[in-house]
Amino acid sequence: MSTGTTKLDVVVSDVVPVNDLVTRFHFRRRDGELLPTFSGGAHVVVEMRDGERTRLNPYSLMGSPLDTREYTISVRRDDVGRGGSLFMHRHVKPGLEMVISYPVNLFSLDLRAKKHLMLAGGIGITPFMAQTAQLAGEGGNFELHYTCRTASLGTYADVLRERYDRRVRLYHDDRDERIDLDRLLSTQPLGTHLYVCGPAGMINWVRDRAAALGWPSEAVHFEHFAAPQPGLPFDVTLAVSGKTIRVGSQQSLLEAIEAAGVDPPYLCRGGVCGQCETNVISYDGKFIHNDHWLSEEDHRSGCKIMPCVSRFEGKSLVLER
Amino acid sequence: MGITFRKETFRDDFTFRNSPEHIRRFPFPFHEDSYMYAVNIEPHVVGPKGSVLENLIDVDEHYVAEMQDRALVLAEDPLRCQSLPHMTLAGWDLLELLMEQQALGYPEHFTLTRDGDRWRWINRPLGIDDTFTFGDTSTLPYGPMEYITRQSQGDFCILDQRDGNLWMDAGMVTTQADWSLDFDIGMNFFEWHAPVPLAHEKGIFTRALKFLTNIQQGKPARRLNWTMTINPRLDTSPENYHKWGPDRATVTPENVGDKVHLRVELQSFWRLPRSNGIVFPIRCYLIKMDELVTQPKWARRLHRVIRDLPEELATYKGLTRYRSTLVEWLSKLDDGSPTSPGFGPD
Repeated sequence: MSTGTTKLDVVVSDVVPVNDLVTRFHFRRRDGELLPTFSGGAHVVVEMRDGERTRLNPYSLMGSPLDTREYTISVRRDDVGRGGSLFMHRHVKPGLEMVISYPVNLFSLDLRAKKHLMLAGGIGITPFMAQTAQLAGEGGNFELHYTCRTASLGTYADVLRERYDRRVRLYHDDRDERIDLDRLLSTQPLGTHLYVCGPAGMINWVRDRAAALGWPSEAVHFEHFAAPQPGLPFDVTLAVSGKTIRVGSQQSLLEAIEAAGVDPPYLCRGGVCGQCETNVISYDGKFIHNDHWLSEEDHRSGCKIMPCVSRFEGKSLVLER
Repeated sequence: MGITFRKETFRDDFTFRNSPEHIRRFPFPFHEDSYMYAVNIEPHVVGPKGSVLENLIDVDEHYVAEMQDRALVLAEDPLRCQSLPHMTLAGWDLLELLMEQQALGYPEHFTLTRDGDRWRWINRPLGIDDTFTFGDTSTLPYGPMEYITRQSQGDFCILDQRDGNLWMDAGMVTTQADWSLDFDIGMNFFEWHAPVPLAHEKGIFTRALKFLTNIQQGKPARRLNWTMTINPRLDTSPENYHKWGPDRATVTPENVGDKVHLRVELQSFWRLPRSNGIVFPIRCYLIKMDELVTQPKWARRLHRVIRDLPEELATYKGLTRYRSTLVEWLSKLDDGSPTSPGFGPD
């Protein structure tokens, strides 16, 4: 599907295990040319040919935007997920030819900021790898607070400390180290922008505290890709294309629509960008909305669904696709 | 074979003309015999040879004269070029885009050589040969946006994207249809479009913003817009209204063909890679009625469009003073026969 972005033909140039859970993948263009320039916070969608199935997962670019000879992503293995990360860990080897999307940035730096305050949790560190590299190159003012489970799972903590020294502060769960968030948020200079990327609980916590402490919402940025959740299988009628499809328990609705040969536009596949928004013609049952795009009112109305992350349980669902 | 650049003026004695080849490549904006707003956005891909879409950044026979006119405007009013402090990176993005596109489309006129950050830019029509360090503003005589837009036809607005909106935070605007960068700088998409009639009610701007904030790198888009201008004046700015506003009262049945110009804007939209901003080039094409009606299809169609234009649109486009004179003049060239579909001449 190409409604959203142009595709890039790449080859895996390196695969580097980083720790027990995380592996880094390097991509270069097959034609030897430079990759497109990108901005810190951008992601690419990686196409995985897994037997009969095509998986499309978004990953943040973590290399320096100043170096476009290769793109790098880091993938955390999720043993109970839908299988994309396991495919990357098990089957992607150097020399494999793959297709990735052009970079898309839905987690952009606000370049007006006098200071960039970054909060990362776990694998949420990856967009900050690129953003800190971009800001360091321009002499930007940033400070990174990074929470990880243990020192050995602190992906790139050592690299970041070496590059940026005291601008990086680490917190280890196993040592009961916690960010003193209220103090941190209360002592920032005017004009500071806050960025948070990590587990949903962390994002909600930081956004709630920032709001309670009077931070304007325009100064609070978050990257919140919801991975599609597995669920019960359900049947859907696509009214425009005249097809009836079944969404498998490990499949997203968007993937099932694509598997039927219908191509809605998409960019993030994580419930954020709004591209795949789909009108509901009729339904008898209950929606399980997992997106961050539609308003609560939209969710209640039963008129719209984001097929990349949301599901349905019930007797019938007819979509305008 | 290179372009033969015309020596001409867009002020005082108004010697601007289109050559016969340029008349035929004029981007006539009406695909049918009537006009109403639409979100008429399409992918900005290369079009037919000999059209203004042959290259994604078009350079034509008016290039040198337009750049001279821009320099005159800037000398009188430096605020036509502004860039808020956070937009410098986007300026470098734009410099790269315009140098790459002009060198790609017109290698006989422009050459870009890169050695890492060390870039050499040769612009033969304007006699420029500069070597500079990409990203280091101190190595250019102007900021990156001003430097390259003094060498590129059309106005350029650079929009910052944040909070789900677009913000007019930088631009070079000297060939505008009665709007002011100095007035709009720092405004968001809805604020700077506030004066446009009818379109808000149709929800056009909400949809257009949604489209624009999703423009992707490597996938630019475009649309055409149009108005009319008396005399081939590029700089019809609010700041200079006293110079061009009164011209609208000078149209007579005898001088319509020479004085009244169709003014078409080829607007394109590009995602900028480093800054994640959007650049919005607004390229202005002018054609006088005498030139336009050399294509009979265009004469018939323009007559019908102007005759049937809703009153609010005619007022917004500033046609009121001379609309009836123009329609009367064009009616003599409209025998009522059908026009062929599409924009191009027959």
